Amino acid sequence: MDLYEYQAKDLFAAHGVPVLPGKTVDTAEGAEAAAAELGTAVVVKAQVKTGGRGKAGGVKLAESPAEAKEKAGAILGMDIKGHTVHQVLVTTASDISEEYYFSFLLDRSNRTFLAMCSAEGGMEIEQLAVERPEALARIPIDAIAGVDKAKADEIVAAGKIPAEVADQASDVIVKLWETFVAEDATLVEVNPLVRDPENKVIALDGKVTLDGNADFRHPQHAELVDERTENALEAKAKAKNLNYVKLEGGSVGIIGNGAGLVMSTLDVVAYAGEKHGGQKPANFLDIGGGASAQVMANGLDVILNDPDVKSVFVNVFGGITACDAVANGIVEALKILGDEASKPLVVRLDGNNVVEGRKILEDANHPLVTQVATMDDAADKAAELAAGA
Amino acid sequence: MSIFLNENSKVIVQGLTGSEGTKHATKMLAAGTNIVGGVNARKAGTAVSIGGKELTVFGTVEEAMKETGADVSVIFVPPKFAKDAVIEAIDAAIPLAVVITEGIPVHDSAYFWAHAVAKGNKTRIIGPNCPGIISPGKSNAGIIPADIAGPGKIGLVSKSGTLTYQMMFELKEFGFSTAIGIGGDPIIGTTHIDALEAFEADPDTAAIVMIGEIGGDAEERAAAYIKENVTKPVVGYVAGFTAPEGKTMGHAGAIVSGSAGTAAAKKEALEAAGVKVGKTPSETAALMKEIMASL
Repeated sequence: MDLYEYQAKDLFAAHGVPVLPGKTVDTAEGAEAAAAELGTAVVVKAQVKTGGRGKAGGVKLAESPAEAKEKAGAILGMDIKGHTVHQVLVTTASDISEEYYFSFLLDRSNRTFLAMCSAEGGMEIEQLAVERPEALARIPIDAIAGVDKAKADEIVAAGKIPAEVADQASDVIVKLWETFVAEDATLVEVNPLVRDPENKVIALDGKVTLDGNADFRHPQHAELVDERTENALEAKAKAKNLNYVKLEGGSVGIIGNGAGLVMSTLDVVAYAGEKHGGQKPANFLDIGGGASAQVMANGLDVILNDPDVKSVFVNVFGGITACDAVANGIVEALKILGDEASKPLVVRLDGNNVVEGRKILEDANHPLVTQVATMDDAADKAAELAAGA
Repeated sequence: MSIFLNENSKVIVQGLTGSEGTKHATKMLAAGTNIVGGVNARKAGTAVSIGGKELTVFGTVEEAMKETGADVSVIFVPPKFAKDAVIEAIDAAIPLAVVITEGIPVHDSAYFWAHAVAKGNKTRIIGPNCPGIISPGKSNAGIIPADIAGPGKIGLVSKSGTLTYQMMFELKEFGFSTAIGIGGDPIIGTTHIDALEAFEADPDTAAIVMIGEIGGDAEERAAAYIKENVTKPVVGYVAGFTAPEGKTMGHAGAIVSGSAGTAAAKKEALEAAGVKVGKTPSETAALMKEIMASL
C-alpha cells in the first residue's frame, strides 16, 4: 500500500526523523485555521498518491491564512493524473539552502535492499539517474546487518552530501532505516531531503510503500487505508477478501485462479477482442486456490455489478482446485445471485476432475452459461458475446 | 536425469502436521516422492500415518537429516513462522529447501536470503510463494499436480503456478524432465537464470520453456544469460501485456530495474536473445511443439 505524504511523514516523525509541523485538512476553511494555528507562511500541498504534484499546480505557497484558504480551495477537488484531491497538507514554509535525494528500497535483482543518495535532489530524479548516474549513489544494504551509524556515514559520503551536514544527514538516514524495517516498508523515499539556513536536515516530502504481507505484524496500518480513493468495486472486492483490480474501458469480466493465469487470461481476451470491435478485459480477479461456492459467488457478485461488464469469462485450470468444486461453485453462485445474474458466462474448465466439472455444468443447463473447451476459444466467445450485448 | 530433484531425493516436510502439509504430503507420496519424515518442534517424537506410510515427526531439520538422510525440505509453515523455518533449514545445510508458503513479508524473505548467502549458499532455496518442483516419474516436492504430464525432455521454469500447470497440460504429449515454479514474490531464491543454467547442463533436457510475468527485470536478465550461455532451444511466454502498470511501485523502483518491467519490454529482450516468444500460452506451446518435432 502506498501512503500519502502526510501519512509517510507521520511515520517518519514517530521514528524520530525531523519533519516540519503541519496539519491535514479537507476543506478550505480548515486550511485557513491550520495556517493561523501554525502562525507562519505555509505551503498547501495536495495529498495524492502520484508524483508531479508541483507541476500540476497542486503545491502552493501562502503568506497568510486567507491566502491558504484561497489556495486550498483551488487545490481541493483538483484532478492530478486521475487522482482527485480530497485532502491538503498545510505545513510550515521553510527556507531551503540545498535539496538532497534519499531512498531505501527493495533491490529485486540482487535480492536485498538498496540505499540511494544524492546531493542533487528535488528535481527530476529519474532524469538524473539516466543522464548522470554517477551523481546518484547506490549502496547495497545487507538485510541482516542493516544500517548503523557507520553504514549511514558511508551512504552520505557516497552521495556527496556536504561535510557541514554529513553527520546530521547520517543520523536521519539511520532513523529512516528504522522506519523502513519497523514498519515493513518496501520503499521509503525522501525527495527532497533539505538543508535549511540553520544547517538543519529535514524530510520535506515523504513517500512510503508498505508490504501488505506484513499486515499481521501491524494492525495499526489498517487505519492508513483511505476508502475514498478506492474504486467502489475494488472496495467491495476487498471487503470480501478478493484479489480484484478494475480495468478501465473493458467489457469482459474475468475470473480465474492464480495471478499468472488471470494475467494471461486478460491478454488472451484482449487479443480475441481485437476481432470483435476492440472488446477488452474489464477487471483482474484471482479467486486463488480453494474456489468454494461462496468465493465464486462473491467474485461473480462483484463482476456482475460492474456496469461496464457485458459478458463474463471464468477461466480455471484445476491444479489443486478441483473442477467439480468450481462447477458446483458456479451453479451455487448463480442460485445465490438469482435474478441479479443477468449477463452471459463463458466457462472454460481444465485439469483436475475436469470431466466431472463439465458434467455438473451440462446437467445444470443454466441459460446464461456456455462451456468452451480451450482458453483461446473461450476468450473469443466471451468477446463475441460482449460485442453483441 | 532432471534438475535439483530426482528419484534418489529424500524429502522431509516442515509443517507436515498442519492441514496444508498433510494434504500435500499425501499427494506427493501418491506421486512417488520418497518422503522420509516431518518437522514440528511441538510434536517431536510422534509419528503420523499419511497415505498408508508411517512418518516420524522430528524436532528439527538437523535431527531429521541425521536420522533419515533427507536432502530436500518442503516448507508449508504459515507466513508468521516461515522465516524461522527457512533459517532452520539453512542452518542444517539441507541441499534444497522448497518454500511453498504464500504471503511471507518481504523483509523476512530478504533476511533468510541474506542468511543463506552468509552461510555460503549451501542450501538452494526455491520460492517462496511457489508451487515447487516436479521431476515427473521421479519425485514431486510441492503442490504441482503430478498427473498433468509425465516424464519427457522439456524443461520448464515459471514464475506462476497456474501457468506452469497450463503449459504442462498444453505440452503433455512430450513430457518434462523437470518443471519448476520459482514464485512471483519480489525476493526469491532460485531464479530463471539458475534453472536455465541447470537445464543447459542436464543431458536429458532437450528444450526449455520459460514463463515470466510483468514486474522486475528477471526476464531481461535471463535473456542476457540465454544469449551468452544457452545453446538449447528456449521458448518464452510473458503474462501481463494488458495489466495496468506500476500501481504500487514508486519511481525509485523503476530506476533500479533499469526497465519499465512491462511485458512488451521483456518480450523484446527475450526475442533479441533469440528466444521465440508466444503471445498466448497456446501459441507458446505451438512454438515448442515445432521445436520438439524438429529435434
